[in-house]
Amino acid sequence: MTQKIATREAYGKTLARLGLENKNIVVLDADLSKSTKTAEFKKVCPERFINVGIAEQNLAGISAGLATAGKIPFMSTFAMFAAGRAFEIIRNAVCYPKLNVKVCATHAGLTVGADGASHQAIEDLALMRSIPNMVVLNPADAVSTDKILEAIVAYDGPVYVRLGRAAVPVVYNESSKIEIGKANMVQDGSDVTIIATGIMLAEAMTAAETLKDEGISVRILDMHTIKPLDDEAVIKAAKETKGIVTAEEHTIFGGLGSAVAEVLVENHPAPMRRIGVKDTFGESGQPAELMVKYHLTANDIVKAVKELV
Amino acid sequence: MNLSINEMKNVASQIRQDIVMMVNAAGSGHPGGSLSSADLLTVLYFDEMNIDPKDPKMTARDRFVLSKGHAAPVAYATLARRGFFDPAELINLRKMGHMLQGHPNMTYVPGIDMSTGSLGQGISASVGMALAGKLDNADYRTFVLLGDGELNEGLVWEAAMSAAHYKLDNLCAMLDFNGLQIDGPNEEVMGIDPVDAKFESFGWHVIHVDGHDLEDIQRGYKEAKETKGKPSILIAKTIKGKGVSFMENEASWHGTAPNKEQTEQAIAELGGAK
Repeated sequence: MTQKIATREAYGKTLARLGLENKNIVVLDADLSKSTKTAEFKKVCPERFINVGIAEQNLAGISAGLATAGKIPFMSTFAMFAAGRAFEIIRNAVCYPKLNVKVCATHAGLTVGADGASHQAIEDLALMRSIPNMVVLNPADAVSTDKILEAIVAYDGPVYVRLGRAAVPVVYNESSKIEIGKANMVQDGSDVTIIATGIMLAEAMTAAETLKDEGISVRILDMHTIKPLDDEAVIKAAKETKGIVTAEEHTIFGGLGSAVAEVLVENHPAPMRRIGVKDTFGESGQPAELMVKYHLTANDIVKAVKELV
Repeated sequence: MNLSINEMKNVASQIRQDIVMMVNAAGSGHPGGSLSSADLLTVLYFDEMNIDPKDPKMTARDRFVLSKGHAAPVAYATLARRGFFDPAELINLRKMGHMLQGHPNMTYVPGIDMSTGSLGQGISASVGMALAGKLDNADYRTFVLLGDGELNEGLVWEAAMSAAHYKLDNLCAMLDFNGLQIDGPNEEVMGIDPVDAKFESFGWHVIHVDGHDLEDIQRGYKEAKETKGKPSILIAKTIKGKGVSFMENEASWHGTAPNKEQTEQAIAELGGAK
């Protein structure tokens, strides 16, 4: 876990590779291609790169139209503007007719950092998860981002992929298997299960090390697919361990924690703690210090696990 | 299809009767803006577009997007009369378990090229279709019908800007300019004039047509087809509720269903049997 790469960096790199392999891939951006890293695709496939200017609603609408003609549009902008501003276009023009549009949103969560609350999307998973036909993915690192992107090209239908701005530890290796809709057990344990998504997986792994030193054994699930959620893995964890801690860089409302709670309450109620942003906006700051202030660190996970042991 | 003008007039009148009949049967729906655009769609589907009702997904087909999705009755009646599906299905408009939703769903209805209903989204999607055509060096053209009230939506102008930026001369918009929206005349609710100057300044080729004169509409489509390097828009002056005396120019008929007596009178006025 020494190397650090932002998932958006991996996105740009993989997109360029996939673009050369598949001529149906078209990439659209709303004047943020240097930040979202779609500029990497533009470098190698300029004829299939479409800049729509600062117009996220149109970004989604044009993507829908391209998909009706057999293209595989990847539309990118910041998560705030993709899931937020373009929400209703994604709902009605993309998901309702189940069009093959890949919404790849970068700069999600508090780790956007210094830009502040206006740009820190902490509601995007909740918004996207609420739409029928939408698949919602939140890769933990650069390697799993690459694998997830490859998988969504093969899948015919709308997908939301949540990507981050900040460099995060690489936790997977090239031989790791990532399957959409299947939680990945990063390590097994007997006391408590931590279900993490996105960049919180690395925090969960750090937490597990600390807990191990104190004699507490945790199972870690990487829930890279928020929807469809791997209900089976969640129920199994509830049965086999004493409780569940969810960890997401997102509001505690409507995201991973809510999704897990929904499954448990109807199938196997279990003690739970949710690590996430507690019904508040973020602020400007460095990613690491924001994670501390808003209780999104390995230490916060450790505390939550201990409450359940 | 090579129909004469008179034959097309008969088709348009049949489509108008269908609209009144189906909205009555549904008990709700949007007759006003459906009747106002019946002539535009008749010429489009029976004269202008390259389509095959037996192969509604044909790759080379021309596309049509009903951006003013609430005018679904006119699109459904036109498709049914053009042979995309059985006109007997029209009576099931807005009924549960049937394909003709209150606003069009492309996955249910043969010939519907885009799901619409939320204003502004159709023209945005039509830009995507036209862009795909350019990427593939395909010859197909994309048509999109806008409402005048719809021009209040910011997305229309995002889409208009992008269509001109990408020089989409394979895109043709039609504005059903009947002057009325739900709460009243356009100019009272939200002024949109001058519409022609707005589109011209956004880089579009503007063509004025009488939206109820079939030959003038034909001329408009021809001019749009011949215009290269930029998208075209037919600004079609129309009458909301056209053809039904008590509906004409009445904003209240935007989204109201006629009762039995009103339906009988309307169908008689439109040249149908009582």
